[in-house]
Amino acid sequence: MNAEVAKVAMIKTAAETALTRTYTQARDQLPGDDAIAAQRAAAFDVFAREGLPHRRIEDWKYTDLRALMRDAKPLAGPPDAAAKACAKTAGAMIGDVETRRLVFVDGAFVPELSDTANLERGLTVRSLADALTAGDAALAGHLGKLAPADDVAVALNTALMGDGAVIRIAANSTIERPLHLVFVSSGKPAATFMRSLVVVEPGARAMLIESHEGPAGGDYQVNAAVELFVGDGAHMDHVKVIGEGADALHVSTLAAAIGARSRFNAFTFTAGGAVVRNQLFLRFDGEDTVAGVRGATLIKGAQHADTTLVASHIARGCQSREMFKTVLDGEAHGVFQGRIIVRPGAQKTDAKMMTQALLLSERAEADNKPELEIYADDVQCGHGATAGALDDDLKFYLMARGIPAHEAEALLIRAFLGEAIEGIEHAGLREALMDAATAWLAARGGEAAHA
Amino acid sequence: MPLLEIKNLHVEIDGKPILKGLDLTVNAGEVHAIMGPNGSGKSTLAYVLAGKDDYIVTDGEVLFNDRNIFDMAPDERAAAGLFLAFQYPLEIPGVATMTFLRTALNAQRKKRGEVELSTPEFLKKVREVAGRLSIEQEMLRRAVNVGFSGGEKKRNEVLQMALLEPRLAVLDETDSGLDIDALKIVADGVNHLRASSRAFVVITHYQRLLDYIVPDIVHVLSRGRIVKTGGKELALELEARGYAEYQEEAAA
Repeated sequence: MNAEVAKVAMIKTAAETALTRTYTQARDQLPGDDAIAAQRAAAFDVFAREGLPHRRIEDWKYTDLRALMRDAKPLAGPPDAAAKACAKTAGAMIGDVETRRLVFVDGAFVPELSDTANLERGLTVRSLADALTAGDAALAGHLGKLAPADDVAVALNTALMGDGAVIRIAANSTIERPLHLVFVSSGKPAATFMRSLVVVEPGARAMLIESHEGPAGGDYQVNAAVELFVGDGAHMDHVKVIGEGADALHVSTLAAAIGARSRFNAFTFTAGGAVVRNQLFLRFDGEDTVAGVRGATLIKGAQHADTTLVASHIARGCQSREMFKTVLDGEAHGVFQGRIIVRPGAQKTDAKMMTQALLLSERAEADNKPELEIYADDVQCGHGATAGALDDDLKFYLMARGIPAHEAEALLIRAFLGEAIEGIEHAGLREALMDAATAWLAARGGEAAHA
Repeated sequence: MPLLEIKNLHVEIDGKPILKGLDLTVNAGEVHAIMGPNGSGKSTLAYVLAGKDDYIVTDGEVLFNDRNIFDMAPDERAAAGLFLAFQYPLEIPGVATMTFLRTALNAQRKKRGEVELSTPEFLKKVREVAGRLSIEQEMLRRAVNVGFSGGEKKRNEVLQMALLEPRLAVLDETDSGLDIDALKIVADGVNHLRASSRAFVVITHYQRLLDYIVPDIVHVLSRGRIVKTGGKELALELEARGYAEYQEEAAA
């Protein structure tokens, strides 16, 4: 560590000081036994040592959390009736897809809004707070095993995790109805730290949807992490919809380990939040797995959205397709950092990553950083990155057929996003997210017309 | 009142004058052919009429149905009944042909204050026109022009024209890249649309297309101006003698 970095880390920002105070005051009330408390303390030490990540930390170069996070909100209190009322209409971004809803309001599980009756055979669901308080054997073997301990966002999540979902899907069970973790913030100036653990045993089939939302104008902060274990021969889909309110700070992490001969699809749809950092840490531990990792981001105004992906091929013969599309308007700032790592044992890896940014405004900024780190010699890996404006010739062609400018743009933007959204296997969800993109575009058209 | 009236049109691109005082009057029911050598300004004329914004109009006016088209955006011109069949139709990945056709048709109807077509009405109309142009249903399910052959792209242009039923259709070298069978299909599609209320401006380098789409009036465009106007026999004359004399005339 050079002297300058050391100096920067030593001066504590208001947010760092507040986070330390929050942890010190809350640690005795946070759920969990001594082992969990020790895990929290160790995680907090990582934060105490590193501070909030800033631009001199390569992985956070484009998302300087130290600068972007002006303050740290106090931990959210238990949701009151008014806060719970916010959750009634939550999750609308996934349209009318029928799901099993598990609702969390201001970071706490709300059983009366959740659908925990008549669980399918093989499905076990409980809240993290409950599991931590009562003790759960699954926790010891899994909690904190996948999320990278040295990532400060993850460390803060581990130190302060209050609630979340603990889900187990027994071997060879097929859960038809997607599980939907509905995370809702009431908009109070508060912080929530949610941690979920999902264990998909060998041969099982399931789909997990996470949606995150809150009211516009609500100055709140969300740090949510999911650790996902996918067993051999399983088929797992994960879809995250980030639709936070316009002033929210959202950091979320998906850490997954995928077994052999399985199918895994992950998709993130990002449209909300003032500052969003979406992290994916994926590990292909078993051979011959086929994975699709995709995302669509639509941001405008002064929004900042960062997708950071690390896909590690550990075992041989896995195929992964990564495709991330970003549409930026206004002064929005989009970031994509994608790293594919191929370990020495991962011969015959077939990994292709594509990231594309479509800039609708001259003031928008897109940073694309695709990386390949290959330690095996018999692999097929590639990446591509593009950033550009809409094709004027195509727009003219559409307009020459009578399609108005904003509608022509919407058609082309939907086509651009469609390439990523088409990768979602669930037809209803695919349509719902295309509709969400259409709504975003319609709102944009409306604003342009008023301008 | 003429359908299209171009008076003293001067157009430049990147500071280079292309059209230098072009006059043209087209009445409803007429088919005009504009012939000329490469670089004479044929495609520029087509693009300027449709409203492509790389072209700068430095002088003159164009009235379409007595309206100044330079006050209208490309989509407004289309809704008013102006259609350009592109020389090089564009590929639009990710936009299904059917979606494209329907969006275009309904956008035009909406702008004209007409009700949008229902799905069955629309499908019936597309099937009828596609059948006439030997366009397979499978082609309509694909993204616009993606993976289409040159001939398929041109037929797709005529399909759009037939669906949109313009008052004035400008065909920019619709014959280029077509073999004789494809040319006949395209010409039949155009002839089917000939009507007393509708006019065509057929831009072509070769006389061959005019054997199938027989024009009422033929113009020779050279160095940015119409240098000669005559009947359909003028096309045959050009085929026999080439453009050399007109290029000299325009230069003089």
